[in-house]
Amino acid sequence: MIYFEKITKIYEDNSMALDDVTFTVSGGEFVSIVGHSGAGKTTLLKMLMAEERPTSGNVFFESIDVDSLKNSELTKFRRRLGAIFQDFKLLPNKTAYENVAFAMEASGKADDEVRADVPHALELVDLGSKMHNFPHQLSGGERQRVAIARAIINQPDVIIADEPTGNLDPINTYEIIQILKKINDMGTTIILTTHNKGVIDSLGKRVITMEKGKVTRDDQKGKYAL
Amino acid sequence: MIWTDLKRIIRAGILNFSRVSVVSLSSVFIFTITLFVIGSLILLNALLNYSLEQIKSKVDVNVYFTVSAPEETVLAIEGALEKLPEVAKVDYTSREVALENFKERHSADYLIIQSLDELGDNPLGATLNIRAKDPTQYESIVNFLEGGSEIVKSNSSYIDKINYHQNKAVIDRLNKIIAGTKKVGFAVTLALVIISILITFNTIRLAIYISREEIGIMRLVGAGNHYIRGPFLIEGVLYGIISAVVTMIIFWPITVWLGRTTTMFFGGINLFNYYLSYFFEIFGVLLISGVFLGAVSSFLAVRKYLK
Repeated sequence: MIYFEKITKIYEDNSMALDDVTFTVSGGEFVSIVGHSGAGKTTLLKMLMAEERPTSGNVFFESIDVDSLKNSELTKFRRRLGAIFQDFKLLPNKTAYENVAFAMEASGKADDEVRADVPHALELVDLGSKMHNFPHQLSGGERQRVAIARAIINQPDVIIADEPTGNLDPINTYEIIQILKKINDMGTTIILTTHNKGVIDSLGKRVITMEKGKVTRDDQKGKYAL
Repeated sequence: MIWTDLKRIIRAGILNFSRVSVVSLSSVFIFTITLFVIGSLILLNALLNYSLEQIKSKVDVNVYFTVSAPEETVLAIEGALEKLPEVAKVDYTSREVALENFKERHSADYLIIQSLDELGDNPLGATLNIRAKDPTQYESIVNFLEGGSEIVKSNSSYIDKINYHQNKAVIDRLNKIIAGTKKVGFAVTLALVIISILITFNTIRLAIYISREEIGIMRLVGAGNHYIRGPFLIEGVLYGIISAVVTMIIFWPITVWLGRTTTMFFGGINLFNYYLSYFFEIFGVLLISGVFLGAVSSFLAVRKYLK
């Protein structure tokens, strides 16, 4: 489904973020990418979202060469991905409902669909009672759940979760991971980056370890090994 | 689909405007200053034009006829003058009216009145008072009077004096002052409008700079450029509309206050009456300027973050 082929990324200051990274992710997989800060985890995800372009190599999503997408095609492509970030990246002047609805509206869904699906997605992440709260009125865990609801609302093929538990306490971390597992059980591919050993060990899924921009381990049902 | 998108964009623009109240208020404040400058220039221009018209209207040329000039000859020359495209108005003063006016002016001067009585005859000739449409056109009118037409050529002996030549220096100087004032007025207007537009544009840039992260999030969520840009354009348009209304409200007490002063100082024009007479025209200019500035500034400022 996703194929990173010999990806190298060198920034303008000559620092190498990724060095000849190659691996595939199959449909329905739950893949965790672990590594120290600066190992290249986030850069790799940015390549998939076409936020950054590789210096050499290709990222394929199904048969699409992500690097070759024009700006106008990127918009549609990104609707096939759901993204969750450490800093939540919610729109601060929109309520939880509006944040989730925005993703649907931006992809051209009808008002009826938006009205039906958004409350359902927020119920799914247990935020039904707070759907009209603004992000600043929610806790960190609640904000991340809004971000998850937004990520799944368009039923994407893949969810990219970049350190989604980095700002959360253990209870919220556990809950977010449980939600991601549930989403994966329903067939959605999940790519997760994290530092959290407990999370990785409890998942018991595929783990890719990165160091200094290189893939050093790729274990099915792996453990956190840094 | 287009209607749904438009509806959502308008709703999002209005919501952003109302929710980000500090940014909206400060933007409206700056827009109001800009539109106030533009409105003030409109009012100042009206005062300037009125003053220049007043000065222009005071410039004239008199043709003095000899006492022997027959009335029908003077009237024929008046008719010929009125047909000239440069001439705005010709006033005929007959010998009798000229005498009456003279007596009235000097009614307190016993010696002059007595001298006239002793003379027994009317020593004053008829006059034609000519006003040109523009002060620069007097030269061609005077050329006409100094032999440029048949009727004048055949009756030139009846023309005693044309006071253009003794007034020429004053008229020329006045023409230069009027042209200079208009040029300076235009330059000042242009400079102030450009400065105001730059300040407004930078305000919008700053407002959108604050939202740059939001724009990034919208892009990551898969929103198209028009869907991201639209609400910012609506906000810009709202700044323009609200500022135009606020500026018109501010002008009300200011023109009332200045109305009497301008009447006394400029002798005739009351700024408040002008404001009321041209209310919709001034509002139209401010509204179009505000909406245009808001929309264009937003469009350009957002474009940077959509590349």
